[in-house]
Amino acid sequence: MKDWGYSILKGRQIDFENNDFSIAEFVAQHEPSFKWCIGCGSCTATCSAARLTNFNPRKINLLIQRGETKGLAEEVAKCMMCGKCQLVCPRGINTRNVIQNIKRALNTCHAL
Amino acid sequence: MHFSLFVIPFTAGMIILTVLLAFRYIKWLSNLEAGNLTKIGLNIFSVKTLYAVREVFMECLLHRKVFKTNRMLGYMHMSLAFGWFMLIVIGKLETFFYTGKFANEFYYPVFFRFFELTPHKSGMLFVFNAAMDFTLLVVLSGIVIAILRRFRPKITGMKKNTKHSTGDRLALTALWLIFPLRLLAESATAGYAANGSFMTQPLGDFLAFFLPVQTLSIVFWWMYSISLGAFMVSIPFSRYMHIPTEILLIFLRNWGLKTNDKFTGFSEIEIQSCSRCGICIDTCQMNSQGNNCTSQMVYFLRDYRYNQLRPDLTDNCLLCGRCTVACPVGIDLTQQRILQRKKTTFEQPEGFKYLPVNQPVAKADVVYFAGCMSHLSPTISRSMEKIFKAAKVNYLFLDKDESVCCGRPLKLSGQFEAAKKLVENNRQRIIASGAKTLVTSCPICYKSFKEDYHLNIEVLHHSEYLPGLILQKRISVLPSGKKVVFHDPCELGRGSDIYIQPRILLKHFNNLVPMIQEKENSLCCGGSLGNLSMNPDERCAIQKATSEYLNSADAEIIATSCPMCKKSIAQFSDAPVKDIAELVAANLETMPESQKSLKHQKEKEMIEIV
Amino acid sequence: MTKTPQHIIIIGGGPAGLEAASCLGEVGYKVTVLEKEEQTGGKLRLWYKLFPGFRPSGEVREYLANGHKMNPPEIVTKAEVIRVDPEIDHHQVVLADGQTLKADAVLIATGFQVFNAEKKEEYGYKIYDNVITSVDLEAQFISGNPLKTVAGVAPRRVAFIHCVGSRDKKVGNVHCSRVCCITGVKQAIEMKEHLPQAEIFNFYMDMRMFGQNFEELYIEAQQKWGITFIRGRVSEIAENIDGSLQLKAEDTLSGRPMRMNFDLVVLLVGMVPAAGTEALGKSAGLAFTSGNFLASNDTHFFQNETHTPGIFVTGTCREPLSVAETLTDARAATVRIISWLREKELKSNN
Repeated sequence: MKDWGYSILKGRQIDFENNDFSIAEFVAQHEPSFKWCIGCGSCTATCSAARLTNFNPRKINLLIQRGETKGLAEEVAKCMMCGKCQLVCPRGINTRNVIQNIKRALNTCHAL
Repeated sequence: MHFSLFVIPFTAGMIILTVLLAFRYIKWLSNLEAGNLTKIGLNIFSVKTLYAVREVFMECLLHRKVFKTNRMLGYMHMSLAFGWFMLIVIGKLETFFYTGKFANEFYYPVFFRFFELTPHKSGMLFVFNAAMDFTLLVVLSGIVIAILRRFRPKITGMKKNTKHSTGDRLALTALWLIFPLRLLAESATAGYAANGSFMTQPLGDFLAFFLPVQTLSIVFWWMYSISLGAFMVSIPFSRYMHIPTEILLIFLRNWGLKTNDKFTGFSEIEIQSCSRCGICIDTCQMNSQGNNCTSQMVYFLRDYRYNQLRPDLTDNCLLCGRCTVACPVGIDLTQQRILQRKKTTFEQPEGFKYLPVNQPVAKADVVYFAGCMSHLSPTISRSMEKIFKAAKVNYLFLDKDESVCCGRPLKLSGQFEAAKKLVENNRQRIIASGAKTLVTSCPICYKSFKEDYHLNIEVLHHSEYLPGLILQKRISVLPSGKKVVFHDPCELGRGSDIYIQPRILLKHFNNLVPMIQEKENSLCCGGSLGNLSMNPDERCAIQKATSEYLNSADAEIIATSCPMCKKSIAQFSDAPVKDIAELVAANLETMPESQKSLKHQKEKEMIEIV
Repeated sequence: MTKTPQHIIIIGGGPAGLEAASCLGEVGYKVTVLEKEEQTGGKLRLWYKLFPGFRPSGEVREYLANGHKMNPPEIVTKAEVIRVDPEIDHHQVVLADGQTLKADAVLIATGFQVFNAEKKEEYGYKIYDNVITSVDLEAQFISGNPLKTVAGVAPRRVAFIHCVGSRDKKVGNVHCSRVCCITGVKQAIEMKEHLPQAEIFNFYMDMRMFGQNFEELYIEAQQKWGITFIRGRVSEIAENIDGSLQLKAEDTLSGRPMRMNFDLVVLLVGMVPAAGTEALGKSAGLAFTSGNFLASNDTHFFQNETHTPGIFVTGTCREPLSVAETLTDARAATVRIISWLREKELKSNN
């Protein structure tokens, strides 16, 4: 692929061509609703953990779908499984199961 | 000495079974929780043992609980279990009467009709013979129903059958063959020795007409012995392990053992007692309203027994407890499911380092915890605050700004250690408030506080606390004149055995309407934090069905005492759905202080005049 | 002409029903409009000024009331229709008071009702005093009274929340109500006109500026009026002691959660079919769309025809539409009804 005569800072760009989508694929297999996200942010807005620490469920969902999984294990560990996100999601996404399966994917794939 | 070669398969089967059972039981019993052996020791010579004997008789033989669920199914199990039991008992008595000795070869009563060829036309032996034939007939009727139900489950009122594994199928075939073969063997013998009774004799005479019964009878006795032996040997490798194990379970349970947060030998015994009757499939709303017949308890337990726990299946349970209430063996199905989730879930307790510690907490007499869900249903906590203020309670709304979750949702997903972190954090703050009473309006939090927090203070759900306020005359509630139906939340009702208190509260100022599916039989709203993997459309179907059921009652308002239930039902309900706190707050009698004392004064004056 | 003209009954006297009625009357048909309220005009009576040009709704009401002068329709108010019984040659329209009327064709124009914001309990409508809906706000504008919070002071900071009751599986309405976004922009500007010192924030998931001059109005809102648009759906609202409100949202474009205090919150409520539409539609043998609106036969060719021959639908009873689109749709329905009636007449003459 032609580099178009300029380059973006390596760590900054979302390198879709080379990113690893194995976690996204695992989650999609067990909880397909995670692909329905439109990024409205209600989940993060209501999240019990998000007010206490730098935890953002919407961002996690988005980044996995882009294949960006650095630091993911540390992030999903913060979820209290309280279920508020699921109660507000307008698309009806099974958000808690997304987190469950991310954890399983991380442990199965021995990733990051 | 009574002997014939054909007794060997049966004898061998019995010996192998005894040895295998002994091994298994010793392994499980050596793996009990600390303190369990003491419990057994303390209770083994008490009246509890007699209760256990009675329960074994009522449940393992007569299958009383199964009868209550379904008469046909109950009869089927009873005729097999109790019938076989009676064959053994009457057979033993028969041989004792015949030989005058109690201790004969242990296979002797089983093959009595082969060894004793004398016909008896009168006397006790005639009676015994007839009793044996009658009991065999009862057992055979059960077998017929059992065979038919495999092909037409509707006969026993069940919508589905439990699917079988190969080991189960072999055991089942052997079991089905035992009694027909016994009938044929005894009848063939009666055909040439005339030692049969009202069923075996005519059949024997019929066979003798055109078959060489003497030779044939030997064949049948061999086949009978083999099928018996095969069944015995297959017991430890099939669902029929439940037969001996359930008896052991009943004794242990009556002596006070149960499955808590650790999986022990007792838990193993519980699981092995599952008879795969399938009643859990029928009571499950995911089956009746969601068309899912794959993840019910019977399949989950089978997954466990064959060491192939599937995470999605294990996660797919509402944990509503309907199956636990209906289980005829009395297995604590809900707790077993939660325990196995420890294996299928990955937890990271160290992830909760961010929880704030040593925050200043105001002092109060009563601490109120609304719970995470309540923030999405603000009327509940607003109503509670209004009530606290009207009753002049010195209270602290601990999670007014936000909650650290009580920890139960984490526990329900199998993350026990992670849950403990949240518990520690909240516990600290509750204790720091110095309160003597903890009140919560969420049943999920309530169960968590009661079971995992180990608080030395009084812990109450608001359905228990509010009637107390009325009794103490700290608040007064005016009659509403409305018809109200109450929906039992799973965690409050089946989960915590609180059915009466919310009803007492509601009846005090409303016209409470009963429903058929209420209390232990209430439906789950579908909201369930316990089910992690259920598909959202299926969840909606269950929520809608429960909402419709409640709307079918002759009531103007649907009352509940759980924020999750409120949201789930309200989504699909035409009638308004209100929490009990809202109803109390809306009907509070607000009398200014000056008028109250004036009223008191007037009442006193009235009494004095009279 | 000595022949009796064919009779069309129009159920609903809102903009759709009235426009169709005058167009059909103009070409000679006998038209009866059955309106269940005391007055005609439908929801138009509730609006102050219409987007995108801030036209006073009275102008449109006047236009509809005067209509086309030739052969005005018969308008019956306080006449609620409970059922339509389709028959081979005619249709029977049954009213609540028991009367039955016969028609050659029936045009259903029952319109919409707004989403009941009480169902979104976490937003606090009818729980917190300073949370109102867009419809409540229009009423305030119409009254001409100065805008005040319940405490009696002018609000210093106002929030508009988009997509309340639309695009939300949790309340059972997956559909987009189309006009709420432009209403949000319009009302934000009107609010700023009334209260030049106030800070106005719109919380949205998407900005649906599909119509002519809609995007231009959005630009005007940002450039001329200084309205701030935040992309983040509000998850819940809490009340402070002084009656002001605290909103929780995530500013998704920066990826960070936020909480803000407001004196007044306006919920932009969506459209759902009018009460009684389901029963009416079922009685007439009609199909329904995902939002439970009345379904047409086809999305491109016969938007005003239904599965039942002779029964037509127009206006917001079949999908969310703006006032301008409703009038256009009513005229389209008219054309279709005319050709259908002519075909029917030819067949009966042969």
